[in-house]
Amino acid sequence: MALTTLRPAAARSRGTLHTPGRPKRSLLLTIVTGIVLVYSLIPLIWLLINSTKSQGDLFSTFGLWFGSEFNFFENLARALSYDDGIFLRWLGNTLLYVVAGAGGATLLAVLGGYALAKFDFPGKKAVFAVVIGAVAVPGTALAVPTFWMFSSMSLTDTPWAIIIPSLISPFGLYLMWSFAKEAIPADLMEAARIDGASELRTFWQVCLPLLAPGTVTVLLFTMVATWNNYFLPLIMLRDPDWFPLTLGLNQWNSQAATAGGEAIFDLVLMGSLLTIIPLIIAFLFLQRYWQSGLSAGGVKE
Amino acid sequence: MTNTITSPPARAPRTPHSARTTPAPRRQRSFASRARWTGWGFLAPFMAVFLLVFIAPIAYSIYLSLFHTQLVGGTSFVGFDNYLRAFSDPVFWGGLLRVSLFLAIQVPIMLGISLLVALAVDSGRLYGSDFFRISVFLPYAVPAVVASLMWGFMYGTRFGLVGQINEFFGWSIPDLLGPQIILASIGNIVTWEFVGYNMLIFYAALRVIPSSLYEAAAIDGAGQWRVIGSIKIPAIRGALVVATIFSIIGSFQLFNEPSILQALAPNSITSAYTPNLYAYSLSFAGQQQNYSATVAIVMGVITMVIAYAVQLRGMRKEA
Repeated sequence: MALTTLRPAAARSRGTLHTPGRPKRSLLLTIVTGIVLVYSLIPLIWLLINSTKSQGDLFSTFGLWFGSEFNFFENLARALSYDDGIFLRWLGNTLLYVVAGAGGATLLAVLGGYALAKFDFPGKKAVFAVVIGAVAVPGTALAVPTFWMFSSMSLTDTPWAIIIPSLISPFGLYLMWSFAKEAIPADLMEAARIDGASELRTFWQVCLPLLAPGTVTVLLFTMVATWNNYFLPLIMLRDPDWFPLTLGLNQWNSQAATAGGEAIFDLVLMGSLLTIIPLIIAFLFLQRYWQSGLSAGGVKE
Repeated sequence: MTNTITSPPARAPRTPHSARTTPAPRRQRSFASRARWTGWGFLAPFMAVFLLVFIAPIAYSIYLSLFHTQLVGGTSFVGFDNYLRAFSDPVFWGGLLRVSLFLAIQVPIMLGISLLVALAVDSGRLYGSDFFRISVFLPYAVPAVVASLMWGFMYGTRFGLVGQINEFFGWSIPDLLGPQIILASIGNIVTWEFVGYNMLIFYAALRVIPSSLYEAAAIDGAGQWRVIGSIKIPAIRGALVVATIFSIIGSFQLFNEPSILQALAPNSITSAYTPNLYAYSLSFAGQQQNYSATVAIVMGVITMVIAYAVQLRGMRKEA
């Protein structure tokens, strides 16, 4: 707890050397840690290599090397056009769920985290207890009753069934609360108020810019959660036209097991690759922001 | 979650006008009463949706768990009968035992690897440490569906990587999708997915340790291991507890990986392999909504009790 008094600016400066003097690089440590690196990357490399294979090569050639044909572009074209281009439809659905769900969840978490960090109000302790307790509530335990509720409201098999439950991220609220506590000096808010700014304007013009790294961090986590969501759509959706990518891929994969179904493992692998590429790009692109957000607020005691 | 979460903020936010002593009393009072509720204005949107997608389904679940629906005879109030049934249901306990075993083995391995990598990256002694940090985190971007499909393909003894390795080296790695080993195979997938995520949580916590502590340790002549044991680990205890609790919740909620592997290994993974799969199949295949709601509630309560116990224990050690 004592460490929370550390100023975020100091925590964020990336060049800080922890041990006095420059630590000597260790080849041995690099190699030992390299085992975990290889473990992390091998399945991704496997996926990349196998997305270039024809279905025949997939089963007959060594998994970690290229097959006799280079079918990457052919697989790509087939994955995008299979079944009247249903994959693109799934991609569009996923984007919709991410923009509305993760975007909305981030907005609600920022507003709520700011409220919990910077204001005293009646019932605040109760809110804390309930929302933090909710982190421990199994998402899957909720999904089934939510389905019955939504079903009676005729919301199942519509995008709302995915978007509305995605709007709440207790972990996002927690991250935002601990970030806002550090990042906004009370004096600054007072100064804005003395100048006659309304609460909304103080939030919008003074506080929101300071919350940016935390916001990006929460956005990243809610984005991953929504993009990768499987259980909720599995329960809520029957119509493949509303499927997100995860559900669609699983349908492609299980197609081989159904009677008369065509095995399309080559398309499953290409589709998997296409599903993870956007998130990986987002990670690399935003990493400077969200990592500082995580260190400055996030999880430190 | 940690004491920081459950207890009120350490530094209570100052009431907005506390520094202002001059304004007329009346104006100050009206501002104060307005400020008392301002926080709710910002929190209201979250709480409104929260009520709809958290509180209402939980309440509805509890309500459902008290009834029993039969094809003939309709719905009747049965009190705690469903709970009694759950407590003497060997299928439910079998699933619970399985996820407990999973938890006891997978979580320590995963968190141990995460901690070692975080310490290694933080030490500044790695060549290309940025590359390490980002690469190990990448699997977190991979959906459970894709991760399970990839690993499922690789596990296959006939067509997969394991089969090819067996053939090439003349080894006999057993069938990783067989009923004896599949739990470990699932553990490997989950470990792969979340090592980087936990590593990042630990790394973020390590980054905010004030360098004055390290300077003091250097003056005292403490070595690397001493610094790790006496400064780094105690300083990130909170992050360790958070990660442990999230992992416990994840283990008890195990669903995606076994559900997807089921297509590849139907003989190894039953429809009640984990309590969650059980609740799902009761509800959607078995048409037993009431009992399914009961199973979900019992699991939720068990999860919360254990998460709370870990939090208490983790935080007591700190004192």
